Amino acid sequence: MGSLLRSEEMTLCQLFLQSEAAYACVSELGELGLVQFRDLNPNVNAFQRKFVNEVRRCDEMERKLRFLEKEIKKDGIPMLDTGDNPDAPVPREMIDLEATFEKLESEMKEVNANSEALKRNFLELTELKHILRKTQTFFDEAIHDPTLTDEAVGLLGEEIQRAGQALKLGFVAGVILREKIPAFERMLWRVCRGNVFLRQAEIETPLEDPITGDQVRKTVFIIFFQGDQLKSRVKKICEGFRATLYPCPETPSDRREMAIGVMTRIEDLNTVLGQTQDHRHRVLVAAAKNIKVWFIKVHKIKAIYHTLNMFNLDVTQKCLIAECWCPVTDLDRIQQALRRGNERSGSSVPSILNRMHTKEEPPTYNRTNKFTEVFQSMVDSYGVATYREINPAPYTIISFPFLFAMMFGDTGHGTIMFLFALYMVIREKALQARKIENEIWDIFFNGRYIILLMGAFSIYTGLIYNDIFSRGVNIFGSSWNPNNKTYSEHVLEGWTTIKVEPNETCFKGPYPLGLDPIWQHSENKITVTNSFKMKVSVIFGVTQMLFGVALSLLNHRYFRKPLNIFCEFIPQLIFMCSIFGYLIILIFVKWTHFTSKDSSSAPNLLIGLINMFLMTYPENDKNPSVHTFYPGQKGFQIFLVVLAVLCVPWMLLVKPLLLRHWIRHGQQRHAGTYYLLNGEVPEVVHHSDNDTEEEDEEEPFDFGETLIHQGIHTIEYCLGCISHTASYLRLWALSLAHAQLSEVLWGMVMSTVLRMDGLYGAFLLVPVFTVWAFLTLIILVVMEGLSAFLHALRLHWVEFQSKFYTGQGYKFMPFSFDNLMDYSLEEK
Amino acid sequence: MVSCPVCGPKCSICCTVISLWGIIMLTLMGVFYQIHSPGLFEDIPLAEGDWEHHNYTISYIHEKYEQAAVNCFIAAGIYVFFFFFSFYQQCLNSRSNYETN
Repeated sequence: MGSLLRSEEMTLCQLFLQSEAAYACVSELGELGLVQFRDLNPNVNAFQRKFVNEVRRCDEMERKLRFLEKEIKKDGIPMLDTGDNPDAPVPREMIDLEATFEKLESEMKEVNANSEALKRNFLELTELKHILRKTQTFFDEAIHDPTLTDEAVGLLGEEIQRAGQALKLGFVAGVILREKIPAFERMLWRVCRGNVFLRQAEIETPLEDPITGDQVRKTVFIIFFQGDQLKSRVKKICEGFRATLYPCPETPSDRREMAIGVMTRIEDLNTVLGQTQDHRHRVLVAAAKNIKVWFIKVHKIKAIYHTLNMFNLDVTQKCLIAECWCPVTDLDRIQQALRRGNERSGSSVPSILNRMHTKEEPPTYNRTNKFTEVFQSMVDSYGVATYREINPAPYTIISFPFLFAMMFGDTGHGTIMFLFALYMVIREKALQARKIENEIWDIFFNGRYIILLMGAFSIYTGLIYNDIFSRGVNIFGSSWNPNNKTYSEHVLEGWTTIKVEPNETCFKGPYPLGLDPIWQHSENKITVTNSFKMKVSVIFGVTQMLFGVALSLLNHRYFRKPLNIFCEFIPQLIFMCSIFGYLIILIFVKWTHFTSKDSSSAPNLLIGLINMFLMTYPENDKNPSVHTFYPGQKGFQIFLVVLAVLCVPWMLLVKPLLLRHWIRHGQQRHAGTYYLLNGEVPEVVHHSDNDTEEEDEEEPFDFGETLIHQGIHTIEYCLGCISHTASYLRLWALSLAHAQLSEVLWGMVMSTVLRMDGLYGAFLLVPVFTVWAFLTLIILVVMEGLSAFLHALRLHWVEFQSKFYTGQGYKFMPFSFDNLMDYSLEEK
Repeated sequence: MVSCPVCGPKCSICCTVISLWGIIMLTLMGVFYQIHSPGLFEDIPLAEGDWEHHNYTISYIHEKYEQAAVNCFIAAGIYVFFFFFSFYQQCLNSRSNYETN
């Protein structure tokens, strides 16, 4: 079990795999997921590698599987996901898989083509059926409408008969998309100058488009016209609007006959279509049972060949050479996996794992579990720790929720958060199995442990601030107890508010937990909590920064850089302590040494701090805020300021000057010391043939560069100390904002209803409570929670980690089947 | 099987949780009003000048406290009704969901 304090010790290994055993070995290593392979042929194009054919075949198989999956989804067949994880199949099986997929795909394609043809046929017949039926009604109307004929006869008399004899009316019938009708009609009218007669009727049932499978609505139309010229025009327009024309017999008896024929053909087609659908369904159901397993298998094969592509071929072509990073503690497990792989492939020559020495920086690997994972990823998203550097994650587990809770201090809101996270933690397995595909849900679910802690800590800080949905609770009884002498009934009469003088109230000692509930009704509540929260913010901020500086000591010791301890750590610590450490002491002095009687004469901390730097100590000022806390304060403070100022050149100059001195005088004698100070012990490096690029010389010592580097470092630290301390005041600011916001929400929404006289207030309370609950959730818990989260994150990334964390490593990405990445040819 | 006519699965879960919250919180508030918690002094039905009318007697304040407590209990009772209703909806939802699966 590795510790979270530092990343795992890694080693570069060389692997010699027999060609026939390589596949099995890599598959075992993939199941293990503890090895990161290095690409040994970075200059080789992806298409020129050894196993490019296999990868391509896998791509092809994937394509077929995706096609099948699409078809299965289209038919809405549930895909069986047993959740089991099949081993990577042996290479022989790949051919079987390929054959299976090939067969399935061609079958599917054939079925699809058939059913498309059938459907098109079916559509045509249905349209024809509708045309026959609708046109029948048109013709019937024309014949059986007595009024129409009467009128026509009455008005035009013989003329119409003559015209009817001379000019025979022609007609075309067809089907067109419903939305095209208005344009179609207008076009007909304009082109034929109103000389055609259009009748239309909508088809009630939507028809299925055979190609896209969409449901479309269509309309039957019939156009009457006179003469051939108009006929050709009408036909052209129909063509232009993609209307399908169907032959329609002129006599009713023909039409009836045709309709009967069409109906029988539709019947036949329906049975054939049903059979095709059944067949398709059977094929897909059979495929759906296995498709997930097939996907995993193909992914695994592809991943293995992709990895094998990164290996080097031996001269004799008998074995493959791989280089990989792996954790030292797991070498045994890797050896075992290799042995298993060898046994599986039946190879007689064992695979060889050989540790190599290298000057290259190994990857950073922090072993995490489901609880620490989220904290580690929070640290990693700022920067992956340099190899074997102190990892801030274990401290973040406590300090992050705590700083969050200082800004989010409300027991009620904390409880909501806590219960929500508790639900996710308890139902963890069930929720994971459900696989909810929602980005926002994923964020919350992955952060469930952090939310749980944030909720728990907020409950605590809420009790300290005495805020439950902005109301306080009086658990132990307020310590402010006006005695009857000063505040008798007589005095109290006629006042709705009264000033409670601390000296004259019977004070029972401090309230046992947090803020005294009486402050809730006082007018100067904000003043009091501000002062308290600001001081607490500074105390916690400076403590956290000092802790960060202390952690840098562990780094310097671990990397054996004693020079950095003397020239960086010690002056940094003195600088910080002499200014802000002293301020903290003064805060505690002010808290403990001033009672209610002399509180008005207490010196002001901020003015005191400014005066400390200005070195002004007014002797006979009437204003008590500039007084000193203790005799001799002037001398001590001047000493502290001088000490802090002296630390600046110490940090800036000592290290570069010392290094230059050692380099100049006695380069021979002190060369070893120089290396020692920089933490790089020269060692014998065994280079193999391929890693020539690592052979970089030790950079020559450049005084100017070192000085500039050190200067930047010093300025950053000194200014940072001041600005970061100020930055921690956001703990107070956000806490104030949160408390005020929830107070306003309560006062504006809940309180107005609660203050209503009479019973109808009770019924109004029900909807108002819901409104208040939703506003509380959205604004106070989600939005304020998010902002407090971001501020806590910033405090950790910038204010805390800048004191010791370089974060310039790179992450260990083991080759593992668990996180099957998309290995494709076009990856690079 | 009659499927739920009023609200969907998500809505019913949401209503259940809110009404559970309402029951707990309003009952607790009622209890706090009943014991005359000073933390809720600003939230009692006390009209301006009304108190003066009653010579600033403590009994008047207590009376108002108890009135607010009754209001809270009534609201909590309504939420109990809501809770059972939305819980029933949720059951219907999950059952119909189960059946379709």
